[in-house]
This record gives sequence, C-alpha cells and structure tokens, in this order.
Amino acid sequence: MAQHKVDYASNAGLPIALTTADKLINWGRSNSLWPLTYGLACCAIEMMASGASRYDFDRMGTIFRASPRQADVMILAGTLSKKHAEFARRLYDQMTEPKWVISMGSCANTGGMFNTYATVQGVDRIVPVDIYLPGCAPRPETLQYAMMMLQKKIRKESANMKKNTKQRLV
Amino acid sequence: MRKYTPKDNVQKKSYYTDRFWVAPRVPQMSIEEGSHFADVINALGDRVLDASVQIGQLVVSINHQDNYSVLETLKDVCGYKICTELSAVDYLAQEGKFEIFYQMLNLDEALRVRVVCMIEDGLAIESTVPLFKSANFAEREMYDMFGIYVNNHPFLKRILMPDDWEGHPLLKTYPLEGDEFASWYEVDKIFGKENRDIIGPENRDPSRVDRYDTKRFSRVGHEVDFGADISQGEPETEIEYSKTLLVDYTTGSEKLDQRR
Amino acid sequence: MQVTNKLSPFFENLNFEREDNTMVINFGPQHPSAHGQLRLVLELDGELVVKALPDIGYLHRGIEKMAENMTYNEFLPTTDRLDYIASTSNNYAYALSVEKLIGLDVPRRAKVIRTMLLELNRIISHLFFVATHALDVGAMSVFLYAFREREFAMDLMEDYCGARLTHSAVRIGGVPLDLPHDWIDNLIKFCQKIPKDIKMYEDLLTENRIWKMRLEDVGTISAEEAMSWGCSGVMLRGSGVNYDIRKEEPYELYGELDFDIPVSNSCDSLGRYRLYMEEMRQSVRILEQLILMYPKTEQKLMAHAPQYISAPKEEIMTQNYALMQHFVLVTQGMRPPKGEVYIPTESPKGELGFYIKSEGEPYAYRLKCRAPSFYHTGLLQKLLIGTYIADVVTIIGTTNIVFGEVDR
Repeated sequence: MAQHKVDYASNAGLPIALTTADKLINWGRSNSLWPLTYGLACCAIEMMASGASRYDFDRMGTIFRASPRQADVMILAGTLSKKHAEFARRLYDQMTEPKWVISMGSCANTGGMFNTYATVQGVDRIVPVDIYLPGCAPRPETLQYAMMMLQKKIRKESANMKKNTKQRLV
Repeated sequence: MRKYTPKDNVQKKSYYTDRFWVAPRVPQMSIEEGSHFADVINALGDRVLDASVQIGQLVVSINHQDNYSVLETLKDVCGYKICTELSAVDYLAQEGKFEIFYQMLNLDEALRVRVVCMIEDGLAIESTVPLFKSANFAEREMYDMFGIYVNNHPFLKRILMPDDWEGHPLLKTYPLEGDEFASWYEVDKIFGKENRDIIGPENRDPSRVDRYDTKRFSRVGHEVDFGADISQGEPETEIEYSKTLLVDYTTGSEKLDQRR
Repeated sequence: MQVTNKLSPFFENLNFEREDNTMVINFGPQHPSAHGQLRLVLELDGELVVKALPDIGYLHRGIEKMAENMTYNEFLPTTDRLDYIASTSNNYAYALSVEKLIGLDVPRRAKVIRTMLLELNRIISHLFFVATHALDVGAMSVFLYAFREREFAMDLMEDYCGARLTHSAVRIGGVPLDLPHDWIDNLIKFCQKIPKDIKMYEDLLTENRIWKMRLEDVGTISAEEAMSWGCSGVMLRGSGVNYDIRKEEPYELYGELDFDIPVSNSCDSLGRYRLYMEEMRQSVRILEQLILMYPKTEQKLMAHAPQYISAPKEEIMTQNYALMQHFVLVTQGMRPPKGEVYIPTESPKGELGFYIKSEGEPYAYRLKCRAPSFYHTGLLQKLLIGTYIADVVTIIGTTNIVFGEVDR
C-alpha cells in the first residue's frame, strides 16, 4: 500500500478553507436544487427531456422530486388554467422555505398565445416568480441555463433572507 | 362614433366582405340506389327529414325527439357500433336553436354517418348513454360548453370548466377573453375578493410595456438600475454599440464601423 | 359549500372515512404519473378501487373558442398544442379537414413529406409512451434509453421544421419546405438504428417477470365495451378489433403503402404495449418505402389554388396578381365554402378528427376537435373499477392519454 502523506506545513498550507456562513449555505443550496415535477402542458415534455439522458439534469445536482415537501424549486412548465390555479398556489404554499419559482414558457409567463377565458395571464398573478423563461416550448438548454441563472441568483442572496411570501404577494 | 358590435355574436368577424360575394356550398350529393347509405335511409324510415352525402359521409337530419330511436336503429340494424363524436353548434343568433350532431362509425363498412338535429334553446335532449358509453363525457362537455341540458344523463355536471364557473364558454355571446367573472376567477378563489386591488387586473395586451416598470423593462438610451424609481424622469445614458468591423474582402483591409 | 381560500381549499370536504367503510382519495391533478393534469377521485375499499371519477379540465385553454376567432391559417400553430407529443399529426388532421372542405388536392411530394413526418411523429410518440409507461411501472432504465432514441427522431424533426416540440410542419395545401440537404441520409441512418433499439426495449421488458406481472390482465376491456366507450387506435386494436383508419379509410399515401396492422386479442395492458412496439416497426417499414418514393416526385410543395392558398414566394415576389392574392389571404384569410366536414385520421393515440362548420366566413363557425384521449379518459371510470390501487398508474399509462387534447 502506497504511503501517501501530505506535508501540511510545507505544501499549500493546512486543509482549511475560510468562508462565510452565507457562502457555505448558499453553496449547498445552489448546488442541490431539487425541483418539483410539476408538468402542466407542452413544456413539461421538454422538462422531462432535460431530466432524461441527453440533457441529463442530474449532473447539476438537480433531481426532480414528486413531493412539494422535498422540493425547493417549482418549475411551472406550461399553461396554467384558471381551474388549476388554486392547486398551483397550494403546492407553492406546501413547499418549504427557501423556495424559488421558475416560470417556464410563454404560457406561464404571460398567458402566451392562449389569450382566452380559461388561462391565467401569467403565473406571477398567483405565485412570485424568480426566473421567466421565454420560448414556446423552451428547449432543454434554455431550462438548464435558467437553472444556472437561478444558482447565480441564490449565491448572491443572503442565506437567512426571509423570503416571506406575504410581503411579496398577499 | 363607437363601432356597433352585435351582442348576440361577439366572435371575431371579417372586417371586409365584398357585397357581391356569395359563399359557395359544399356539394350535397344524392344517395345512390342500392348503396349502403340507401339501406340506412330505408331502415330509418320517415324519421329522416333530409339526407344527403357530403364529403363521403351521409348526413341525416332528424327531429330532436327522435335522437335516441334513430341512434338505436343505427346501432342495432345498420351496424354503427361507435359514436365517435357528439357536440353542438350555436345558432341562437340566427334561429334561436342549437344544432346537435352525432358522428357515427360503422366498422365493417368503414363508413360514417352524421346525424344532425336542431333543438330550441331551453329544451333538453335525450341522453344516448344507454346506447353509447362514450356519450357520457361528450354530453357532459356539451352541457358545459353550451348549457344544453341532457335528460337521463347519469352524471350531468361541468367537466372542463370548474364547478362554480359562470357562463357557457362556447356560446357565441361569450367573448373569447372571458367576462368579468372569468377575469377575476383565480384571484377571488385564492386570495379573496378583497385582494383584487393588490393583484390588479389581467393584462390582455401582449405588447403592453409599463413605462415606469424598471424591473422588467429598460429603455434604450435611458438605462437605470434594476428596480429604480423613475417617476421623476430618468437620465440619458450613452448607447453602447457593439463593435462591428467592416471587412473589404478584395483588399483584405478591416476597419471599425463608425456609422450610427 | 364551504368558503374556499388557500388554507382550506375546495376539495377538503371530501369524506375520508365514511359509513360504508370506503375511503375516498384524491389522485392528482399534480401527480407524477397522472400524465399531465388528470385528477381522479377514487373510492377505495381496502386496496380495491370501487368507484373512479376522472376529473378533467385542468388544462382547458379554450382552443375551440380560439378557432372561432382565428382565420384558418392562423389557427394551424395552435393545433400543435393539442397532442404536444406528436404535433404534426394534429397539424395534419386539421390541414386535411380544411383541404377536404375546400376540395384541394395536394402535390405528391408534399404528400410524401407529410407521410414521412406523420410516421416519424408516430415513432416519437410511441417511444414517449414506452418511456413514461415503463417509468410509471418502475423501469427507470427504459425511460432513459427510450428518451435517448427519441432525441434522434426529434433531431430529424428539428432539421426539417426548426422546432423540437411544436412543429407546425404542415400547411393547408402542402408543406412549406422541401426536405433539407442530408435529411434523407439521416433518416436512413435512423431507420437502420431504431429496430435494434426497439429490440433492446423488448429484451428489457417483454419477458421481464415484473413487467409481465404488472401488465398482464391489468386494464382488460372487451371489444364490445371498447366500441361502446368510443375507443380508437391501439385501445381498440388491443381488444381484437381490426380497425386502423390508415388501412380502412386511407388518406394521404397510405393506400399505396405496404404495411401491416398489428392486432392483439389479449385485451390487456401487455397486449397494448406489444402493439405499440410492433407499430413502431411498421412505421419504420413505411418510412423505408417513402424514402424510395421521394426522389421520384416532382418538386412542387403547395397546391395551386389561388383562391385559398398563397402562391410560392418566387411568384409573390415577381407577379403582381400573386402578390394581391397573398395580401388578401393574409389580411382577410381564406373563405372556404359553406358546409361542414369531419375527417378522421389515425394519430398515434387513436382517431383524431376535426369537425369544421364553415359559414363561408374566414373564421370557422364551429370547430370541434375529436380527441382520442378524451374518450380514453372517460373509459378510466370503467377500467379502474375492481383493480388495485397499485394498478391505477399502469392503467393510466396504458391508455396513453395526453392532456393537451383531452382538455383542449
């Protein structure tokens, strides 16, 4: 067996990294974002494709969870109809803090092409949105980029910031 | 003067129609003697008000009271075992009636029959669920979308719209973008009526830009910080153009594009 | 009824413990294996489902209403969002209905390209079915493999029309573009590759003990019942009824092509799964024939009907009359003759047809989309009764429903 010894005193110093608690916590949070599998419409297929073999979301620490209690990102992928709106809000309320929302696709952003009686005109009427993702439907690369943008955003935030939903939307 | 819009049909209309233009009609062929369709007409007897072949399918028009017995004959005698489609068309503005059509399929002959009947507004149609189970959902959808009641339906309830929805969306009197109730539906349901002011009305204009919203929009040449208050006006900033090189391929020379 | 708000939502007045000792549980609308937004209210006696009530409409976007407010050409991209797993089949069904209404004949090259795209979409859709069905039942690796092969087919679609999911690759009167350079070569490569992959899925699944236990004799439906519930496509052929619209009422080039319609008499989920696999092989067979047909066709892509269809771009740019027609068709829209039409097509899910009622205006007076999944969802209230709660996801998976076209 090879004797592998590191001379802490003479090499690059002791194996100690100095950081702030904020950075450490945000590092953890941003590198294991667990989204809720919340497929609504067409974009859900692209969301599945980004989770599947070619685009492989797992390598970014992003693993889809089926329960809102275990998730910290909600990807609203697709058209939100008025009948479904209360469930979307309920699932958002069930997620534990801290939580983020990605609105995926033009239908979720603004209602998109469905300017009709049955469609919520933008999910930001229901839940506070962090990232808006354009496209109909956005490619999986777009969703990955959104995830990376969200990671950047999280790293900038204060770790104990109260993302109180009351302040942000009712 | 405000443009007159008829209230009985608020759907989009063509802005210009030539006044000499007469719409042609899809050809209505008569039924050939001895064909399968002729047998169908014979089997239905005097319940048939009008029959023709349009685009390869037999169209039979009947009284709305006869719908059950006609479909029963089609199923048991003529072999039309599948009711593929069932819905209504709104003719309230023109005639005060709905047109209900049943689309039937014969698997052995690979032929289709459309049974059409007109029904006055307010009358109920007899359910065909005992004959075709597929009518269960289809009739519920018809009730949901048009408000046509169906007699003896096992579970006549709204299907696509929420239970507490007001109005029947596919009526010609119902606007595409919904009415007042529809526009506040999700806000009322989730946050309550008292929070309508905080959420604000729906934005139905896809190209709307809020002049003072610096979180979502920026003005070229007047960029400010994210979320800054610009109600007092914003300073002018210099526009940064991207560097463009003009390349002359004949001489191979490059120079910076100075044009603005 | 209780006053609902976000803390005491609408459906909590369901009874969980009742006098008859059954339990009512609420499945969905957000459930990973609900294939979208299906909500099922299940009444359970122990683990046995006594009563099932599918509640749909959570993706209702008013597409039929939109059709009444859009010209015929404007509406075409909206049909992408019906069955969003195989968009071209919706585009095609809609375009075919309008073409039959105005009595149009499409050039042969356009027909070849359309049939190619339809069959490619069928493969995409069936691969998606295998992937999600296997994932629901518990075979994660098949999901990953099938999605990998699906991406190759998506690449082909993307090369042709530029979009992965929402293709709009078919126009009323033909197709907008000829096949790009190298596309046929890529298609040949794909056709050579995919049968091996289908064999791999079958090796993984068909004889797998768990797969068989989960699927065999689950979700059985007799031929009579299937016809009564308005089933179509694989749901009908899985019950021993040999009816494929491509064969029986041929449209496009299907009359000339040589392919078989697999039929299963087993009436259960396993039989339907095998039909899906076999249909993919038949699609490859059709594609191979089409590849040979393509070079023999003339280079004309859109039908010539100046009253309804814009002329090709070169003519618009060079000829005055073509430009005028184009301007009228874009600003006002085409005016089909008065009348009604219902044309069925065989989409990957089943019988997809558009009923169009035209009053001679540029806007359809009524458009009804006959979606196969809508009736298959209705069938759930029959299929689920008497099964165990663990089989519920299998049965939802085997019906292969897509909520874009259920709720419209």
